[in-house]
Amino acid sequence: MAAGSAALGVADLPTDAAGPQTAEIELIVNGRSRRLELDTRTSLLDALREHLQLTGTKKGCNQGACGACTVLLDGRRVNSCLTLALMHDGAHITTVEGLARGDALHPVQAAFIEHDGFQCGYCTPGQIMSAVACIAEGHTGSDDEIRAWMSGNICRCGAYPGIVAAVAQAARAG
Amino acid sequence: MHPFSFHAAATEQEAIAEAAAGGRYIAGGTTLVDLMREEVERPRRLIDINRLPLRDVHVQDDGLVIGALARMSDVARDPATAQVQPLIVDALVEGASPQIRNMASIGGNLLQRVRCSYFRTLDAPCNKRTPGSGCSAIGGANSGHALFGTSVHCVATHPSDLAVALVALDAVILTRGPGGARRFPVEALYRMPGETPHLEHTLEPGEMIVEIRVPHGSYARRARYLKVRDRASYEFAVVSVAVAMDIDGGIVRDVRLAAGGVGTMPWRLRGSEAVLTGRQSGRAAWRDAAERAIDGAQPLVGNHFKVELLRRTVVRALEMVGGAA
Repeated sequence: MAAGSAALGVADLPTDAAGPQTAEIELIVNGRSRRLELDTRTSLLDALREHLQLTGTKKGCNQGACGACTVLLDGRRVNSCLTLALMHDGAHITTVEGLARGDALHPVQAAFIEHDGFQCGYCTPGQIMSAVACIAEGHTGSDDEIRAWMSGNICRCGAYPGIVAAVAQAARAG
Repeated sequence: MHPFSFHAAATEQEAIAEAAAGGRYIAGGTTLVDLMREEVERPRRLIDINRLPLRDVHVQDDGLVIGALARMSDVARDPATAQVQPLIVDALVEGASPQIRNMASIGGNLLQRVRCSYFRTLDAPCNKRTPGSGCSAIGGANSGHALFGTSVHCVATHPSDLAVALVALDAVILTRGPGGARRFPVEALYRMPGETPHLEHTLEPGEMIVEIRVPHGSYARRARYLKVRDRASYEFAVVSVAVAMDIDGGIVRDVRLAAGGVGTMPWRLRGSEAVLTGRQSGRAAWRDAAERAIDGAQPLVGNHFKVELLRRTVVRALEMVGGAA
């Protein structure tokens, strides 16, 4: 692979590019209103992790391939790394921190523990958020259907059998 | 990521005026945000169009109407769409992941940029990213690249599954922009790379896709999108085939065929349609159609296998829709 400044296209960069710009938004995160002043470049993921210290949501690939950053945005599962926080002024966000009720785990969290749906645990918050949505969407009719509709979440440890079992059980208990 | 200013447009007029002045539309953002982070895309002003009322999906007398800001998942789970155009639902569900389908808009899906790894690698020459710098794929890793519509300047495939289905179904795009409203076939949205691979579509500056219309056809309800890929789900196509076929009394009355993963744009297989129309349905016809599908293929060093794979995928898709007898 050849390298070089011509390929970089650096000469094409606007030299008078404006500096960093900020804007203020409100996010309702796990039921709580949070006002944030953010650089326009801030992803929803970075807003949660770096500005609200909600580090349960993980940064894996940061390009929408792994699903570790999955949260619920107005009730729908999304990759928080692939969207800008500013695009969601006033939106309701649910992160993994928002699932348990006090000390009582969400049924999907409990099912992941019961079925060993993880090894290192890094992908687990994204798996769990995706599973909550997968169950709500009704895509848990068979193990194959669960695999297909959970395929946006990668587990590098390969804990898939436990994940599928956990989702199936939580769906049945649902 | 380079700095940019951001504006959420309240009206379509406002959005178009902003874009005509140099702003870049953002809808779902699943392609654009990713490429901005890689610094392949460097817009200086983003115009968020998500508040515009362009999300409606409904069926009318002359066809299916899809708002450009409807999300892939909204269309995929719409019962009316499933009834009149199952091919579209098939293609949508086979694309991306559930999370991305919840974010990505229909208009943005059609305008998504190529997945060629050299396009995304800033230190590799790429004519699409930096015109005149050369194409790294032609002498490099090109197993994922195109057989049709290529030039000596670019061989990247168009990645959209939905676009393959829409091109097969003769879908039409409605746009609005500084120059007024336009209406043209989805197929005419795309440009082959030729001498100008950095120009991928035929939209004017500030022109916005507002709606997709898919005409009803006797072939529409008997349809299938067959996607062959390196894993069972959440992967781009190696080869895909969209087929919609009207068979009556064992005779193919009308058929639409298009392929993905093999062209620099969604690739309509009109020669195969001509071979099939009026023929007795069955394996002999399917094989002839597949033979015609690979006519004119220009394989690269790494993607010769796609010629045979396309042939087999056409046969298999036709069997699934029209029977294997």
